[in-house]
Amino acid sequence: MSLKINQDHSRFKQIVRGKIKQNLKKYISQGELIGKQGKDLISIPIPQIEIPHFTYGQKDTGGVGMGDGEIGQSLGGDPQDGDGKGEAGENPAGDHMLEVDVTLEDLADILGEELGLPRIQPKGKEQIDSYKLKYTGVNTTGPESLRHFKRTYKQALKRHLLSGTFDPARPIIVPSREDKRYRTWKVIHEPFVNAVIIYMMDVSGSMGDEQKELVRIESFWLDAWLRRHYKGLETRFIIHDAVAKEVDRDTFFHTRESGGTMISSAYKLCAELIEQNYPPQQWNIYPFHFSDGDNWSADDTKVCMDILKKRVLPFVNMFCYGQVESPYGSGQFIKDLRETLGSEETVVTSEIKDKESIYGSIKDFLGKGK
Amino acid sequence: MTLTPELLALRDEIRGYAVGYGLDFFETVFELVDFEQMNMVAAYGGFPNRYPHWKFGMEYEQLSKSYEYGLHKIYELVINNDPSYAYLLEGNAIVDQKLVMAHVYGHVDFFKHNFMFSHTNRRMIDEMANHGTRCRRHIEKYGHDRVENFIDMCLSIDNLIDYQAPYIQRRPSKNAPPKSDVIEHDVPKLKVIKPYLQDFINPKEFLDAQKKKLDDQKKAEKRFPEHKERDVMLFLLEHAPLESWEQDALAMLREEAYYFAPQGQTKIMNEGWASYWHATIMTQKALNASEIIDYADHHAGTMAVQPGRLNPYKLGLELWRDIEDRWNRGRFGKEYDDCDDYAKRKHWDRQLGQGRKKIFEVRKHYNDVTFIDEFLTMDFVRENKMFVYMFNRKSQNWEITDRDFRRVKQKLLDSLTNFGQPIIRVVDGNYQNRSELLLEHEHDGVDLRMDYAREVLRNVYAFWKRPCGVATRIDDRGVIVRFDGTDYEEQKYEKL
Repeated sequence: MSLKINQDHSRFKQIVRGKIKQNLKKYISQGELIGKQGKDLISIPIPQIEIPHFTYGQKDTGGVGMGDGEIGQSLGGDPQDGDGKGEAGENPAGDHMLEVDVTLEDLADILGEELGLPRIQPKGKEQIDSYKLKYTGVNTTGPESLRHFKRTYKQALKRHLLSGTFDPARPIIVPSREDKRYRTWKVIHEPFVNAVIIYMMDVSGSMGDEQKELVRIESFWLDAWLRRHYKGLETRFIIHDAVAKEVDRDTFFHTRESGGTMISSAYKLCAELIEQNYPPQQWNIYPFHFSDGDNWSADDTKVCMDILKKRVLPFVNMFCYGQVESPYGSGQFIKDLRETLGSEETVVTSEIKDKESIYGSIKDFLGKGK
Repeated sequence: MTLTPELLALRDEIRGYAVGYGLDFFETVFELVDFEQMNMVAAYGGFPNRYPHWKFGMEYEQLSKSYEYGLHKIYELVINNDPSYAYLLEGNAIVDQKLVMAHVYGHVDFFKHNFMFSHTNRRMIDEMANHGTRCRRHIEKYGHDRVENFIDMCLSIDNLIDYQAPYIQRRPSKNAPPKSDVIEHDVPKLKVIKPYLQDFINPKEFLDAQKKKLDDQKKAEKRFPEHKERDVMLFLLEHAPLESWEQDALAMLREEAYYFAPQGQTKIMNEGWASYWHATIMTQKALNASEIIDYADHHAGTMAVQPGRLNPYKLGLELWRDIEDRWNRGRFGKEYDDCDDYAKRKHWDRQLGQGRKKIFEVRKHYNDVTFIDEFLTMDFVRENKMFVYMFNRKSQNWEITDRDFRRVKQKLLDSLTNFGQPIIRVVDGNYQNRSELLLEHEHDGVDLRMDYAREVLRNVYAFWKRPCGVATRIDDRGVIVRFDGTDYEEQKYEKL
């Protein structure tokens, strides 16, 4: 049977991709995808890819059904025609939302295309050449510890049968030396580029849930993009108010502290993390800091700049500062940062006013291709 | 893949039973396919080769997904063609294969004999392949995007055809002698022998009426189209400024729309008929004792009724059985209809034994609308617990609203008339003398879905290349929604 479905199917997928691209801004700003994340796939609800026809308006027409039920009783769910097994029938009601599964990688690619993001050039030539062993075959020689029991048994059984020494009443199989089979392996070299994202977030009293939601959405996309480029991507999370501590992802997004803000505490911790765990020759390092920009004092800001300049910036690919707008904050920090370190190539700053501006902010952060 | 010897033997057995019952079908070729192939073929509507289009890919995606998730499985797929092709799913239990074969023979008998299918192309499988070739040729020449876009446009109006057209003559055929060019200027009068009777035989009112008729006729001749045109596809084909490849593509899709139309218009009858025959053949002939449970399970699954779903298999099957029973026992005619005695009606039996004959007759001359109109009786509606449901805006829920026989029947007929689609006609191809196209929606109480309607207008514009409008009613106001190539506007329109 000569079927051309593959062509049509891939064309359809292309259209889906286009649709996602078209609506990317909406997906980004609504953050609805984050909850839909499976292991590798994300299902994305796509507004109908349908050919429009003249049809009756929905929810007015009603129809005829069969079965028990009092007048006024709810049918529960949207009615559909079709056989009992739920064959796809004409649906008098309800919009079809098409759910398509997209891999995280594809999504990152779409993001990249749409935002025109340059591909990241991993820093440093010294890539770690990691290798792993993979059992790929079977051989007649090898160490006893790698003996393949089943294969060995089969060989021995065959030999017994052929030579006529097999007795069904007493099925004892004794493998000889030639029967033995051993697993063999291959060494697979993998060029490996390491990268780490260090997320820092201000959780002082002035950062509300809304602000954190912005950070959450933004970090989802940053993750997706960087993961596309670095296989072994690590993420670390630091929260801070007047003091900083390292936490896990969940705590990071759900902690609310009160108290003042000393940004320097976070930078100090960040610098320590880098010094202790991530030698810059081997790691691509991406610190992201989100805050409402309301630092405790001008003195602390000075300390911050100092730490950044001496202990962070020389080692990282890029230092990103995202300032979310909060009704309480003065938002002074971003100005200070721009004034002092704006000329540094590795510093990227972005203001995130609301969900709409996440789109632009992602572009700010990732637009440099570092 | 062709059938295994075992399945071949089964096919011969089932075919023998079917012929024995008087079914008469085209030669039917069964193909054994795996589920992936089944989904592919199903995505193409049963045809192995069609024009390239993403909608088949989408269909395939949905079918494979719902198969993977275990939501549903296609058991049977058969196309109206001579010879007919049907697909069996590899790995199904033997009892399922038997059932499907019996079911398929029912369908093919229906295709062959029902009058709705009498005009369909029985070599459609070749025709579809030709469409595919032609379409690919256009793609090579004019580019993928252009052709695909155009097909999208055509598909968006492929329900705007004249569903009755194949069966009646709407217009004088092209070969008919042209009407005389002499335009009658005189008002036709009745012949009067005695002059003094003039005022009595041709009174003023009569003359005025005659004059008006003449005027209307003249006006109609000036109108374009002369009569409202249901076949919008045809109208555009004949009058829109299209390139020749565009005409070719549009004609192709129109042909396919007409080919598929009867299947939509006989869904209840056709599925019912096939189910009737699989049930009859299986229970009376083909089943082994060991297969009964599996058969019953499968059959019950197909016939299951969920609230809010109209199952055409179930409704059709029950109706066929009801008709057979009524004509076996003579439960029809004036005497029966006038009888008020419940017990008497229930045990009514005139020993007619005409049931089988009757259903064979009915499968020939009816479609869903006339079938329901004639054979859906009050007793049937009551026994089968049929109801009307509506959307309750207050509770945001679908609710059962009525079990009254007349309203159930009315609703059912409404939903079947014109395929359950709004009736749209071309009324003016030179609207306001600006060669704009005006369509008219025959409003029957339900508004159009406007977001779609606007998109369709945009497509119609792309055919017509001049502003297009559709006259309809929205919230009980008459309006023309007009698209001028860039913007939509709504004008008041009171003629409707």
